[in-house]
Amino acid sequence: MKPKVAFFDFTSCEGCQLDVLNVEAELLDLLAAVDIVNFREVKTERGDNYDIAFIEGSISRESEIPRLQKIRNQAKVVVALGACACIGGVNCLKNSLPMAEALRIVYQDDAKYYDTMPARPIDAVVPVDYYVRGCPISTEEFLKVTKALLLGKKPEIPNYPVCVECKMAGNVCVFERGMFCLGPVIRAGCNAICITSGRYCWGCRGLVDDPNLNSEKEILHKYGLTVDQVMERFNIFNAYQEVTK
Amino acid sequence: MTGKKVNVHQVTRLEGHGNIILNARDGRIEELKWEVTESPRLFEAMLRGRSYQDAAFIASRICGICSIAHTTASIQATEAAFGIQPSEQTRLLRKLLYNAEMLESHVLHILFLAAPDFLGVDSVFPLVETHREVVLMALRLKKLAYNLAELLAGRKTHPISCIVGGFAKLPDLGELKAIRNRIEGALADFEAIVELAKTFNIPDFIRETEYICLKHPREYAFIRGDICSSDAGITPVSEYLSVTNEFCVPHSTAKYTKNKRDSYMVGALARFNNNYDQLLPRAKQTAEELGLKAPCHNPFMITVAQLVECFYVAEHSLSLIAQIVARGLEEEDIRVKVRAGRGVGAVEAPRGILFHDYTYNDQGILTEANCIIPTNQNHNNIQKDFEALVPQILDKPQDEIRHTLEMVVRAYDPCISCSAHSLEVNFK
Repeated sequence: MKPKVAFFDFTSCEGCQLDVLNVEAELLDLLAAVDIVNFREVKTERGDNYDIAFIEGSISRESEIPRLQKIRNQAKVVVALGACACIGGVNCLKNSLPMAEALRIVYQDDAKYYDTMPARPIDAVVPVDYYVRGCPISTEEFLKVTKALLLGKKPEIPNYPVCVECKMAGNVCVFERGMFCLGPVIRAGCNAICITSGRYCWGCRGLVDDPNLNSEKEILHKYGLTVDQVMERFNIFNAYQEVTK
Repeated sequence: MTGKKVNVHQVTRLEGHGNIILNARDGRIEELKWEVTESPRLFEAMLRGRSYQDAAFIASRICGICSIAHTTASIQATEAAFGIQPSEQTRLLRKLLYNAEMLESHVLHILFLAAPDFLGVDSVFPLVETHREVVLMALRLKKLAYNLAELLAGRKTHPISCIVGGFAKLPDLGELKAIRNRIEGALADFEAIVELAKTFNIPDFIRETEYICLKHPREYAFIRGDICSSDAGITPVSEYLSVTNEFCVPHSTAKYTKNKRDSYMVGALARFNNNYDQLLPRAKQTAEELGLKAPCHNPFMITVAQLVECFYVAEHSLSLIAQIVARGLEEEDIRVKVRAGRGVGAVEAPRGILFHDYTYNDQGILTEANCIIPTNQNHNNIQKDFEALVPQILDKPQDEIRHTLEMVVRAYDPCISCSAHSLEVNFK
């Protein structure tokens, strides 16, 4: 029996699900290995019987909590797909504002019609078995995690900072180019794509397990930067995470 | 007494979440609604207080499928606020990058989201068995679009290198030349889609509405121009609020828009209707082959207009690459001088005209942001289509009515996850 796979989305841009469709050649192999029973974005029929649930998006409404709990109860394996599901992502940027104020900024007098709450990653609500990180996910990592879970293994996800991959990619350090970067404390696995593409790390994959914050502070000091400047950027994806300054 | 009840919770094969509600009794419609139930994202609030350097990067996350459209609109709003004129090189690269997204989005909609309706299956997955070539072709075209975007901006979903002032990294000319052959190959794939599209049974439904899109004197407008209405002519982008006129409908779920009539349409068919003359030869030939003539007032033809635009995108991209190769690429000074001010950026997202309106302080920090996305502009038009269409089909079996209404929604290719401001109301 092929395992039944379902995709679900909560508060998100749905880009990670779309990137799943971009696995191209492997998509057909994947379809040979699993039955996709639920994928609202591309599929009409819906089944409530599934073994593996891929979940995109963060939780930002009360009504999403029971829906997520129901999925957790049904699925044997829950996979968080992308930064919104794994670490809260950009949705948590609004958390620094009182919700009523955030709603008023966008909807003015109509704010009363809305239901919203501070956004959170899905593991703040239910236990999660696997994480496919990034904003957006990398399709290679999606395949790697999916293969591992189908084989019942633990996928090898880097627990070292982006700097390692960035050096291997042969990039000139962002700090040397007069900008600043979150690479020293953020989990690798993206091949330092943002730096290779001419910019800096925004931290979409979240912190490594044991970030060397003192070393980051030394780097900041060396380049005349403040912790506040860095936190402002760190919060773009990681506002949910509490970090000791 | 014959009662008909159509209640589709979360229409599938859509970007985002929307419901259809129809209650009819004895041939009389009691309730008919298109509802949007997407979770409010509050991007406009989140953009406040952010640096111009991060604004486009955050705005991109409004939507995973049209992230290049949001990035481009965001960058152009910032440039308008700062008084920056991008170089010719930047303009050419932006247009090419933009085409990658238009191609990817249209192919996804035509082959993955809309085609299953016409081929009588529930998704693209069964087509792996019955229409394997179509699926492989769709994946191949998607891959081409992704690779083109990767070459220009690091990646397709949430692009990296395109920034305020220009490109943080320039593409490799050799790779740009190499991708030309694949774009030429795509034209052959599009021909195959045309053959498939000829077998589609497109519902015959006509409702004239107001058609709104960008218009530029020298090109089929995607990323620059003025606002053009089929009813009211030209309006400068900076006065977009006088066109969109957002309003709330009691007990409805989205902010609606209207201009000269009860509702208006944005997207591929609006562009085709208003800018047909500026399409390139292969695109025009395809329109003729598929019986699409401007102006066309059948919303189900949006999908056909997208296919016509696929040809345009390929033809235009080949011409852009030729221009870039001929002039070469050089590193430019893309340092930005910030100033206080307001700027509006408008682009044609695959689904229609998109506005970002930013106000900055003199430190280059956003003090206000407003985004009006195409899908929200189409909601009202979808509702009006429902109201005109349902009386014509009310004698059909309930399942057929449901399916037809779902097809109307899908034709608009709505991207509800974009709904930076949609309204959440609980219904009975």
